[in-house]
Amino acid sequence: MTETPGQTVGPFFHHALAFPGDSELVPFGSAGSVVLHGNVYDGAGDPVPDAMIEIRQADASGVVPSVSGSLRRKGAGFTGWGRCCTDRAGHYWFSTVEPGLPFFAVTVFARGLLDRLFTRIYLPGAAGAVDGLVASREDDGRLRFDIHLQGPSETVFFRFPRN
Amino acid sequence: MTTSQHEISDEIAKIQADSPTGAPLLDFPPYRSTLLRHPTKELLLVDPEGAELLAPVFGHSDVDPVEADLTVQRGGEPIGERIRVHGRVLDGDGRPVRRQLVEIWQANAAGRYSHQGDQHPAPLDPHFTGVGRCLTDDDGWYSFTSIKPGPYPWRNHHNAWRPAHIHFSLFGTDFTQRLITQMYFPGDQLLALDPIAQSITDPAALSRLIASYDHSRSEHEWLLGYRWDIVLTGSHATHMEPSDD
Repeated sequence: MTETPGQTVGPFFHHALAFPGDSELVPFGSAGSVVLHGNVYDGAGDPVPDAMIEIRQADASGVVPSVSGSLRRKGAGFTGWGRCCTDRAGHYWFSTVEPGLPFFAVTVFARGLLDRLFTRIYLPGAAGAVDGLVASREDDGRLRFDIHLQGPSETVFFRFPRN
Repeated sequence: MTTSQHEISDEIAKIQADSPTGAPLLDFPPYRSTLLRHPTKELLLVDPEGAELLAPVFGHSDVDPVEADLTVQRGGEPIGERIRVHGRVLDGDGRPVRRQLVEIWQANAAGRYSHQGDQHPAPLDPHFTGVGRCLTDDDGWYSFTSIKPGPYPWRNHHNAWRPAHIHFSLFGTDFTQRLITQMYFPGDQLLALDPIAQSITDPAALSRLIASYDHSRSEHEWLLGYRWDIVLTGSHATHMEPSDD
């Protein structure tokens, strides 16, 4: 069958798609948690304040959970999915665990971006990582990965065989 | 902002003559905000693995059934033309996407979003947020009750108007099937003028974003029905039947 085309998320998605705890796959500051964060930039190096990032990941033991409850996390187990709308400075963050598989699967949406983009964020030192898609470890332990939609540091984005 | 609709339409026509494509062109200058926000490198072909092969799972703990009715959320009747939009979510192999999350958002009947960034001087409706969610059923069907959204102006060029639309956010069974798109209404004269819709340069592909009027789902003295089916890309994972919990 022929797929339905995508369209931009537009500028007015926050009140619909953001929800309490959306970027906290585990509570911020909880034991064993890590922060994954970064900025989204456009081709002029300016922050993108109206982007949305989603991540999908394995738990710490390497199992990708099929567990409901992401939209109302209280009492739910680890669902392995989160969403973060960038703030005015183009910044996103997640509180999560380091996956037992080597990368976070990532989807990027934004006003001015006509279809979603896929990429990965690999853990530092991951074997077989795609060049340029490795997070850096900051002194305070947080994982940092900036997303560049365009420009000299443009992020590597993917297509999959059936997309 | 001196560019006219005529100039924008000329730009669109030139691009469409070159490259009819089924997916939106990311590099599509008639939609001005794409200029610095489209990747310039070719997308890297990757075989999905790990977390990419499994979409997130949502259930009844995530979504209250009342969230599918956008006309009852604020303790009063919103103003506008009451509608029901329903259809099926299928994957690229024609299989229904079962018990999966569908999220929508839209402007009110006057063309105004309940979003602090929307400065269009049209009235807000205190009884309408324009936000809904539901889960598809065991055959992939979704249904929302809402108000027909109005068209609204935007600043892409002089006298630019978005056709009436409802934003849809969809998940499949693979993470690679993730889709956010917009549903349009049949017969809307603004579609041909709209650089966001026309970034899908193949008219047959664009037609897949236009709902059809469905009289069988209109209700006597109550609302008008529209049908819109959504086809995601094909799943990469071996298809597995969901359990019954």
